[in-house]
Amino acid sequence: MVPLSAYLILSGILFTVGVIGFLVRRNLIVVFMSIELMLNAANLAFVAFSRYLNSMDGQIFVFFVMTVAAAEAAVGLAIILAVFRTKETVNADEINLMKW
Amino acid sequence: MLEVIFFAILAAGAVVTALLVILQRNPMASAIFLILTFFCLAGIYLLLSAPFLAVIQVLVYAGAIMVLFLFVIMLLNLEKEQKFIPRVRLQKVFGVFFGLVLLFQIGAVFHSLFLTGEKGLFPPDKVAALGNTEVVARLLFTDFLLPFEITSVLLLVAIIGAVILAKREI
Repeated sequence: MVPLSAYLILSGILFTVGVIGFLVRRNLIVVFMSIELMLNAANLAFVAFSRYLNSMDGQIFVFFVMTVAAAEAAVGLAIILAVFRTKETVNADEINLMKW
Repeated sequence: MLEVIFFAILAAGAVVTALLVILQRNPMASAIFLILTFFCLAGIYLLLSAPFLAVIQVLVYAGAIMVLFLFVIMLLNLEKEQKFIPRVRLQKVFGVFFGLVLLFQIGAVFHSLFLTGEKGLFPPDKVAALGNTEVVARLLFTDFLLPFEITSVLLLVAIIGAVILAKREI
């Protein structure tokens, strides 16, 4: 049987990969994908705890996290589209002004 | 033993594909690798005896959300970005450094972690007897009814927000 710590370490590694991607990448879409990675790492920790604590609450919470991720992706990508339409770029370094 | 082998394969797959997501220069390739990461995580959910979540992971994440990403990548003309040479070296060094610091902090927390308190009401064999999806559905429509309904409002707000933001002229 796989110990709980193995799942948690995997979750931590995935979360760290997401954080590094968020900090290092400049393409807004890839930054968004990094956020999805972080959300998935949190989901994995939820499911692992839910399994090892004999509770279903973690799985229900993952359900809600997925809903929030879907809403966030829809609104965020719409914002990226709107930014691209005015700035002609999705490079985060070139989008440094809210309004000009 | 078989469980350990499957976990090792899926965990290695998830980490490698996650790294490839942030290392690919082409956002389209990143999106494809992110889909593979989601599939690996769905397999891990199966190992954790959460088949309903595994299916939802594939349907909602790998299906709906990533299709949205792919549509946006194809809508935007990103030829220029692919040849973009990173100027900010220092930022990358700091990003990786603080990311690794965070990893060690997470590891320290998990290392000192031990489960205390009472176990919940749903041991795996009981959930298997009742059916995972049925247990999730029952909890969702009894104990978690209010968050479930609020979720629908959140999705409505997201739909309206996305439509208004994506309109050409507000």
